[in-house]
Amino acid sequence: MTDEELRKAVLTALASVAPELDEAALAPGKSFRDQLDIDSMDFLNYVIALHEALRIEIPEADQRHLTTINDAVAYLRRRLSQPTGS
Amino acid sequence: MPEFRMPSLGADMEAGILVEWLKKPGERVSRGDVIAVVETQKGAIEIEVFQPGTIERQMVQPGQKVAVGAPMALIRGEGEAAGAAPAPAAPAAPIPAPPAALGPAAGRVSPAARRRATELGLDLAGLLGSGPGGAVGLADVEAAAARRTQPAAAMREVIGAAMARSKREIPHYYLGHTVDLEPALLWLEAENLKRPVAERMLYGVLLLKAVALALHEYPEFNGVWSGGRFQPSEQINPGVAVSLRQGGLIAPSINGADRLTLPQLMAALRDLVRRARVGGLRSSELSDSTITVTSLGEQGSESVYPVIYPPQVAIVGFGAVATRPWVVDGAIAPRRVIVSSLAADHRVSDGHRGARFLAAITARLREPDRL
Repeated sequence: MTDEELRKAVLTALASVAPELDEAALAPGKSFRDQLDIDSMDFLNYVIALHEALRIEIPEADQRHLTTINDAVAYLRRRLSQPTGS
Repeated sequence: MPEFRMPSLGADMEAGILVEWLKKPGERVSRGDVIAVVETQKGAIEIEVFQPGTIERQMVQPGQKVAVGAPMALIRGEGEAAGAAPAPAAPAAPIPAPPAALGPAAGRVSPAARRRATELGLDLAGLLGSGPGGAVGLADVEAAAARRTQPAAAMREVIGAAMARSKREIPHYYLGHTVDLEPALLWLEAENLKRPVAERMLYGVLLLKAVALALHEYPEFNGVWSGGRFQPSEQINPGVAVSLRQGGLIAPSINGADRLTLPQLMAALRDLVRRARVGGLRSSELSDSTITVTSLGEQGSESVYPVIYPPQVAIVGFGAVATRPWVVDGAIAPRRVIVSSLAADHRVSDGHRGARFLAAITARLREPDRL
C-alpha cells in the first residue's frame, strides 16, 4: 500500500468513531486524541477499525504509535512490510 | 388491540418527532424489534416494540410531533381479528407539526411572539411557553429559535431540567473512597496480552462490573423513586454516562450488566459508546436505567461529585487513576489508586449503607478474576 492509501485508511478508521472530523483542520503531526477529543474507548474502536481494514494484529504496546496521522502511517508501513504480515 | 405509544426516554422528555417507520402495516414484529426512529432532544433514537404481533395501522406520519404516551400504531396480537381496532381517544392524539407551516402552539401565543416567529420562519406547533397555561411569549420564541440553530443547546436544556429537578427534589448525600486499583490493573494488563485487539478490555469495564455485582448486596441503590416511594429493580441496568464531542452527555444503560461476563460487558460497552456518539441508541437503553455510573478520570479529575439522574436514587463516580504512595503490609509502596464516589438519595438510604456499598465495590475490585 502507498502512504496515501495508508493515510486514507487511518482517516477512515478515525471517521468511524468521529464522523464529524474535518480532515483539513487535522494537524497530521499532532495527537488527534486532543484535537478530536477522543477518549480511550474511541481510541480502541479506531485501533480495531484499523485492524479490521488492514487485517493486521496490533499489539497493545504499539498503540502509542497510532496517535498522530503521520506516526500511524509510518507504523502501518513498517508493520505491513514485515514478512509475516501479522 | 394494543396501542404502540411514544415511550418516555427520560424524566424530562415531553414529545418526539417521528423520523421514519422501519416496519410497514401488515409486517409481523417480535418483542425488541426496532419499529421506528424518533428525533428527541437527545438525538435520533431507535424505538423498540414490546408486544409481539402484526402492525395493523400506523397512526402518525414522519415529521409529526408525538407527545409521550400518545398512540403511534395499532399492533394486532396473535389470534386477534384484523380491523377490530377502536378509534384512539381524542386527548391522546399526536400533535401535528408540519415542518413548513406555523401551526398552533400548545398554549396561547402573544402577538409579538407570533410576529417574531413568522420573521424567523419558526414553527410554533407544540411549543410550550413559559407563561400561564403554557402561553408563548417573545422570549420563548427567541429561545426556541436558538435551540433550532444549536442542537447542543436543546440537549443542554434537557440536562439542565433533569439536574435542576434532581437538586430540587432529591436530598443528596456524598461519599468518597480511595481504591487500590493495582491488583485489578495488573490482572487486566496480563489478560490483555493474551487477547487480540478486538477483544481487549479497558479498566472501566471492571469498575462497571464491580458496581453491578455490589448492587446485589445493596439493592436500595438500584431502582427508581416513583409515586412517592422507592421502587427497587430486580434487574441491574447501570446507565453509563457518555460525553458527546459536540457537547452534552447521555447515559444509556447496559441492561442486566451483572449477568454478563467481562468480555461480554466490554463488547456491550464498546458498542454502546460508539452508538451514543455516532447514532443508533435504542429506546430501552434510555428508559430502563436503575443507577448511573460516571467516569471522568480521562480528563485528569481525581474525584467526581455526581448529581443523581432522576428518577434514579444513586450515581457512582470514578476519577482518574493516579500513582500514589500507599501503605501495603506496613510499608509504603507506589500504587495506582482511583477515587470512587457515591451520591445517593437520603429518602432511600443513609451514609452508613452508602459507605458499605462503596466498600463492597472495592472488595470486588480486589478480586478481578472473580468479576
